[in-house]
Amino acid sequence: MISKEREPTPQTDALEKLQEKLKDVDRREFLKACSLLAPVLLGVIRVPILEAQEVASSEYDPTEHFYAMGIDVSKCIGCGQCVQACKTENDVPFEPEFFNTWVERYVIRADGEVDVDSPNGGLDGFPPPGGEGEIRRTFFVPKLCNHCANPPCVQVCPVGATFITEDGVILVDESYCIGCRYCIQACPYGARWMHPETHVAAKCTFCYHRVVDGLVPACVEVCPTGARIFGEVEQRVTPLARFMRFNDVQVLKPHLNTKPKAYYANLDGEVR
Amino acid sequence: MVKLPEFDTGRVPQQVPRLVAVFALVVVALVVARTALIPDTFGERGHYRAAAVDSIVAHEKKYAGQQECALCHNAIMQARLAGNHSGLGCESCHGPAASHTANPVEFKPRIPQEREFCLRCHQYNPSRPTGFPQIDPISHNAPRACFTCHDPHAPVPPVAPGSCAACHGQISYQKGVSHHAALECTTCHEAPEEHKLSPRLVRPSKPTDRSFCGACHAEGADSPREIPRISLRTHNPQYVCWQCHYPHYPEAS
Repeated sequence: MISKEREPTPQTDALEKLQEKLKDVDRREFLKACSLLAPVLLGVIRVPILEAQEVASSEYDPTEHFYAMGIDVSKCIGCGQCVQACKTENDVPFEPEFFNTWVERYVIRADGEVDVDSPNGGLDGFPPPGGEGEIRRTFFVPKLCNHCANPPCVQVCPVGATFITEDGVILVDESYCIGCRYCIQACPYGARWMHPETHVAAKCTFCYHRVVDGLVPACVEVCPTGARIFGEVEQRVTPLARFMRFNDVQVLKPHLNTKPKAYYANLDGEVR
Repeated sequence: MVKLPEFDTGRVPQQVPRLVAVFALVVVALVVARTALIPDTFGERGHYRAAAVDSIVAHEKKYAGQQECALCHNAIMQARLAGNHSGLGCESCHGPAASHTANPVEFKPRIPQEREFCLRCHQYNPSRPTGFPQIDPISHNAPRACFTCHDPHAPVPPVAPGSCAACHGQISYQKGVSHHAALECTTCHEAPEEHKLSPRLVRPSKPTDRSFCGACHAEGADSPREIPRISLRTHNPQYVCWQCHYPHYPEAS
């Protein structure tokens, strides 16, 4: 009623014309037509949405991530699968001096002596512990680059060839490194090494080429006991967040203020 | 007063154009050097070459990841997820398989069948966590391949752990490789039948006096010779044996 009192606009005109046309269409036919049209309309709306989502997922945005690793010392069985996988995945020479990740064995004797060994980085597993004296405690500790939030290796690089990415991973620019070894000296965790062929510094990349594709690092992929947990800090729902909720975690050498991002659970006080 | 030399203020001193030229040259040289020496993408995202990240990301993957395996081998995957090896990635045993996922016909991942492979994780080693299933490879069916009794995709002991081991698996694994392997749990612990129904209310016993262990370990006890002996009278008589010793450990000391 009210609409009739208004000035006729083009819109109301069109509406009236449509009403006129639809007068003869009964409800059944109208609903039929609607049900036929619906999939087409929904499809038209849906396709751009899906396309938009696909574009969003294929583009990796480093600012949305911040990676870290959890290590449960009480789960490591010293099988060396992580060392093997890391060397394979990252083309690390299979010689005893070069490791992105390695496993150490701690043997604490009854008299308090601590023996630490890592035969070939744990690559071939561990023979039963040798040495003199009764064993009080013994366990394995996997080690790798701690991807410090405050990395001394990055600080000392004279050319900016090693750097921290926006997602918190420490990488080395192979083609820009001058091989001066400052970073190898600066790392308090001994995580860096000089590549025998390229003569540049090399280190763990958190398998950066894998994680940007949503995969976990090779060492985490093959760890048979789940001793290594990969995830993100600053995000509430990742396996690492759960790990850090349920464990008392520590980092190595916290007094150096390097702010490491390798978080150890069930770490013995003797581990350095 | 010394008289300063007079300058012709209308004329630029002759050294000034030279200095300007030298400065200009230095500035140009610096700019040229900077553009020539600093790589293209340096400083785009931080104090580094942004292009370096792209070349690192381009590194070839050797491990495909278990989600990829499940696309074809879903039945095996489901079996594995239900068993004791649920936490293992496929490539943990079968090796890097990215070449296989790229070309399933030409590249076949390894199928380890030798005992040594399983022993890498399951041979007894005191440094492994307590309760991790381990064996002594000499006493445990020495010549047979592991898979003849155990299915690696859903490994279980050939006989389901019954009685005590059903609940106390960790202790049972640990005892299995210890010097006390041949002893039944009930040799040392009295476990009343009600313990199975109300495990917290009705508890099994532990030996309460030293003469129990002494039956084998005391000087002059009637037991095999290789069993270590102590004098019950002088060897720390204030303690019951298990207050210092842990008899389930293989290196029980």
